[in-house]
Formats: sequence, structure tokens, C-alpha cells
Amino acid sequence: MEQNSQLKAPIYEALERFRKMRVVPFDVPGHKHGKGNPELVELLGKQCVEIDVNSMKPLDNLCHPVSVIKEAEHLAAEAFGAAHAFLMVGGTTSSVQSMILSCCKQGDKIILPRNVHRSAINALVLCGAKPVYVNPDVDHHLGIALGMKVSQVEQAIKENPDAVAVFVNNPTYYGICSDLRRIVKMAHEHGMKVLVDEAHGTHFYFGEHMPVSAMEAGADMASVSMHKSGGSLTQSSFLLVGERVNAGYVRQIINLTQTTSGSYLLLSSLDISRRNLALRGREQFQKVSLLANYAREEINKIGGYYVFSKDLINHNSVYDFDTTKLSIHTLDIGLAGIEVYDILRDEYDIQIEFGDLGNILAYLSIGDRIQEVERLVSALADIKRRYQKDSTGMLSQEYIEPMVIMTPQESFYAEKEYLKLEDTIGRVCSEFVMCYPPGIPILAPGEEITDKILHYICYAKEKGCSMTGPEDENIEHLNVIKEK
Amino acid sequence: MEMWFSDEHTPNVKLSIRIEKQLFSGQSEYQRIDVLDSKEFGKILVVDGDLALTQKDEFIYHEMITHVPMAVHPNIKKVLVIGGGDGAVVRELIKYDEIDQIDVVEVDPLLVEVCYKYLPEIACSLKDERVQIYHEDGLRFIRSKTDAYDLIIIDSPNPFGVGEGLFTKEFYGNCYNALHEDGIMINQNESPFYQEEAYQCQRMHRRILESFPISRIYQAHLPSYPSGHWLFGFASKKYHPLDDLRDVAWNLKGIETKYYGTRLHRGVFALPIYVEELVKDVE
Repeated sequence: MEQNSQLKAPIYEALERFRKMRVVPFDVPGHKHGKGNPELVELLGKQCVEIDVNSMKPLDNLCHPVSVIKEAEHLAAEAFGAAHAFLMVGGTTSSVQSMILSCCKQGDKIILPRNVHRSAINALVLCGAKPVYVNPDVDHHLGIALGMKVSQVEQAIKENPDAVAVFVNNPTYYGICSDLRRIVKMAHEHGMKVLVDEAHGTHFYFGEHMPVSAMEAGADMASVSMHKSGGSLTQSSFLLVGERVNAGYVRQIINLTQTTSGSYLLLSSLDISRRNLALRGREQFQKVSLLANYAREEINKIGGYYVFSKDLINHNSVYDFDTTKLSIHTLDIGLAGIEVYDILRDEYDIQIEFGDLGNILAYLSIGDRIQEVERLVSALADIKRRYQKDSTGMLSQEYIEPMVIMTPQESFYAEKEYLKLEDTIGRVCSEFVMCYPPGIPILAPGEEITDKILHYICYAKEKGCSMTGPEDENIEHLNVIKEK
Repeated sequence: MEMWFSDEHTPNVKLSIRIEKQLFSGQSEYQRIDVLDSKEFGKILVVDGDLALTQKDEFIYHEMITHVPMAVHPNIKKVLVIGGGDGAVVRELIKYDEIDQIDVVEVDPLLVEVCYKYLPEIACSLKDERVQIYHEDGLRFIRSKTDAYDLIIIDSPNPFGVGEGLFTKEFYGNCYNALHEDGIMINQNESPFYQEEAYQCQRMHRRILESFPISRIYQAHLPSYPSGHWLFGFASKKYHPLDDLRDVAWNLKGIETKYYGTRLHRGVFALPIYVEELVKDVE
């Protein structure tokens, strides 16, 4: 990578030039550099609202980049080692959906682990592709889904030679990586594309001693949440593509659903963050790793908590582990992860990423300092002292194998019935049910509702998980397919 | 030449002191430290632009944070001071022969060094053989201590700087754990007067109440601090700050003070009505 070219931030520089020109706006947005909305200026600051502007010649156009955005895409591709990069303003959700929509048409099969983010299954609702689920390996003690075993992927490929793509999480929310290189090799040998959800893996491209990144492993497309570990604004993301993908077609797919008024706040944040990581990412993520390792040691020292790490590696379903993730198992102190999550926020003013039934995840990134890490560790020590109880009877997260009856699209658009939760056993669900975060569906459209699943939903609700997906926001009813 | 130092009390209020000269200015890993010399207040220690102490009125703060618990608890042998790298709390503590051990946890070594050099009359107390200084994060230090101290004094500057972690529930909870079953914790509890600090006051008091069975607020008059009216927190597992005051015993020790006295002690827990209400609001 040429260091000098990475010093540039073309969108940011164009905005700076634009600001100096003091252009009189007779275009949108109507707040006109903030003058029409003083309360908004008070909140966001003058500097911020002044660059909230529309596409125009000097600033390029996200739908059809020819100048500064094109250059920023080029630099991003170079920084990430991709053939092409797209700046995305609809979150990594839109990146994931664009990957799937670029590869799958109505009726195509796609191989994917069931513990994908809802955005992947949403894309299947949109395009009508059929999911072939690989049940991820499960760690029963921790109650978390691990990666996909190579043999499982191999079997899925053999049984479905007509599948068009394999979808992989790299890493999972908890930091677990599958053997991406081998999966890529196998998929390519069978003419399938490899799509990678790297929402939690931006740092793999810049840090040292990190798990392999999708582009390095030879994957075809990757969705990178720059706003998660990369430091850009919420909702901004990169879609990376490799040599074997037609970038022009991907752009057409993106433009099917992407806004034509891409926010320059988001675009410039991507540009600046890419520059920062290209120039300083190595040192910054080294610091993050050190902080995470320190926190891991200190929390493990408290006793009762278990912060897992590379010790989970089994050279198969846990091929590698992202050590910047602070995933903490809490069940042994008699508290569900979601309970610790709530106590941390309500009593200690500490907000962490999420809590599930058995674990919490604290997200560390380039903005963290040792002082805050000390607070987290001390709060966990205090919580243990005050709230520790007997852990018998505590449920751990369970991965429940889905029974897929129809494709997500068929079931989503089928005729439905609105039934009370307890009356839905044995029926086919037409909507999602998930805890958010992490946003991994417990039920997806087209799957059969079982006793086990209902029990799980009720327990998660009782423990205070925030559940989303169904039409009924209290999750007392579900839409199911009408029986003929 | 005219030179003034302004300490911002609120975004709309400043206290300005005429400065004779600047004695030191430096930046540590944690904060910017300045020492100024003035006619009215003598030498002034400034941390991150905020006035930390002045030679003229520091005795009020440090006597009040130290002697109040010392006159209540009958047998204090091991003391932990969190912050306090200037040595002023320790100067008060070493007046007591019965104290065997004073651990001072001051994260910033530069602060101690600067105080030795520019405020030696205060900082020299840190050389007392009972004193051990730890340059560590206070939160981290306390985490591993259980049933270890009779008294913990939290002498940390403000809730928005390096010491932010020392104003948190997790810190108070870990302090509780580090104290003996009859231990006392004293903290500086900010001023009740200006809105922002008043809010911090309430927050701290509430956080402490969640950990300690006894938590009472007392006050002092501190001319150089915002509003001049300052509060302290007395948190304890066993002793009540008034019912258990041992004034005769304390007076027999013949400790020399300029602000604290046992007659004053009886009065400082009587709060103005508006402060009482502020405190009651969170109890």
C-alpha cells in the first residue's frame, strides 16, 4: 500500500474547499447551512450543519461517482486490499443486503449459518432466494453459537451443488471466526461466491496479529462496519468487492435501495476514518488489543466471571478469535448477561454493547482509555460482591435448530393469521423474532414454531431482553401462515 | 505588568486572582499542572486550568477532611488516601501517633514531584516513614483490597477530570469492601450552590448511600472554591458522626488545628435548608 496516497481524504478536502467558497444555497437541504433551524445548530454545531449539503458537481454524487467520491472509493479499496470499495450510507445492513442481492436471484440457493444478522435474512425476503442453513457449532457451557465447521460447509456444498454463494460471519458478535480461507477455497472450487459479514471485523484489515480479513482470504464481497470498530459515524459502512465481482452491477444493485441524497456527514466520516486507519490503524488497534487483554486478565481475576478468548480455539468451528472483543460469561455468579447489562447501565452509568442470557459483550475500540476500562472492571467486581447468587435454574442461551418450511419471501408475503403466542405451536411463522442487540433471529419467516422456541422467547422476555421483529411490539402474538 | 489567573466557577462566573509570577508549568501523562504565586492567596496549585489549592486556605479543606473522622473513630491505624498527591491530607494525618500506616494512591507522579519542589511545606509530610505512595489508578488499587483499612479519604479534585472514576458507584462499593467492619470513608462532596455541582453533589450522595448504611453530609467555608461553600461526605459502616463523637478524647490529644475543633464538629452537620432538601431529595 502506498502511504502517500492514503494521506489524502478527497471528500473531506472537497468539503473544506466548499466551505471556503461561501456558496449561496438555492438547493436542498432547506435548513440552508443551518440558518433555517437554529435549534438544530445549537445541538449539532455550526461546523456540522454547514457541511450537511446536497450532491453537486464539486462534491460528486454517490449514485454515480465521477470525481471526489470515486477517488475516495479508490483509496478505500487500496486501504482494504479490495478490487473496489463502495461508500455506504444505509448502515452495514445495506451492505449485507447489497451483497446478497448482487449474487442471488429468485429461487437461487445460498448457504449461510443460521446465526446471521437479520439483515441477511431480510435480503432473502427481498430477492426470494432459498436459505440453506448450516447449523453453527455450539458451546453449551457458554451458551453461544460458534463458527461453521469446515466439514459442515463441505457437506452443504455437496448436497446443494446448485447453490450460488456461501455466506460467512467474520467474526461473530462474540469474536469467533470460522476457517475463512478453506471455506473460500471450497466454495470457489464449486463455482460459488463467498460473501462475508464483517460488521465486527473492520480492525482485521489494519491491526497486527488479527484473524484473517475477508479480502485477504480471497472472499468475493465483504460488508465492513466502519462505524463499529473503525470510528466513523453511525450508519456509515463499506462494501468491499474482489476481482471476480462486476463492480458496475453491484453499483446498480446498491442504487435500487440506496438514498439519492447520501449524507456528506457520513461520507466524509468514512473518508477521514479510512485515512486515519490507513495511517495509524496499526498502533491504534495495538492499543485496543492491549486494553482488551488487560481488562480480560483483571476481570478473570475477580473470579466468577469468565472472559473468553483464544482458549476457545479448536481449529475448526472456532478457527480464530478476535481478542479485541470483551465477551464475558456471567452465569456462574448467578446473573444472566442481560441482568448484568441492565445493572451496569442503571446503577453504574456504564453502557455496554449487549447482554444475552449467559454473557455480556463490552465493545472496545479506538476511542477507549484505561480509565474507563478500570471503571468497567471495578463495577463488575462490585456487582459480584453485591448481587452474586446461586446459579441453579439459570437458562443459558440455546441455539435452537430451525425447521425451515418455506422460503423467507414466500412466508413473508403469504396469507397470515394473527395468533396468541401460546396458540402458535406447530405453525409456520411469517415474521422475525429476535433479541436486539445482537439481532440474530430466534425465529425467521418460514420457520416452524416449536414449544422449545416459545419457552425460550418467554424466558428471554422475563429476563428483560429487548425483543423485536413481530408486528405485535409486546410479543404476545405472532403472525403465522394461514392453513388451507 | 499585570497578570491574572481566572478560575472558571461556572461558564458565567469566574474568580480572578492577581498573579505575581508563574513558578511552574508542565504537562504529565494525565494532566497539565501549573504553580502560580499570588499576593492574596500565596502559592496556588492549578490542575488542568482549575484551581486545586491555595496556600492561604488549604488548611480549611484538609483539616475538615481529616479530623472529623479522626475524632469519631476510636482506633484508626491504617489509612488510605486516594488522590492527595500534594501531601496536605497526610500532613494532618501524621499529627496522630496512633496511625501506623498511610497509603497514598496518587496516579500522577509529576504532581507529587511538583509539590515537593514548589510546595515543600505541605508536601514534606509525604516523607514521613509511615507513608507509602502508590502511583496507580485509584479504582484499580482499591479493587483488590478487602477488610484492609480503618479510614479511606477520597481527596480527588473534580468529577470531570482524571479522577472521574473516583466519583462512581463502583468506586464507593469497592471502598466499602476495602474497609474494616467499623471503617469510615470521607469524600469531598462538591458545592451545593451552582446547578452543575449541586447535581454532582446529589449524585455522589446517592451513590454512597447505596453502599454505606450511614452517610451524612457536612460543610465548610472555603474562600477559593466555587461559591465558597463546600461539602464533605461522611460514610460509615458503624460510627455515627455526632452520636459517636469522642470530643474529650480528641481534645486530650492536643492536636493543633486552625479551623477544626470539636465544637465546630457538632455544628457542621447542620445544613442550610436548601442543602438539606437537596440531600433529602436523593435519600
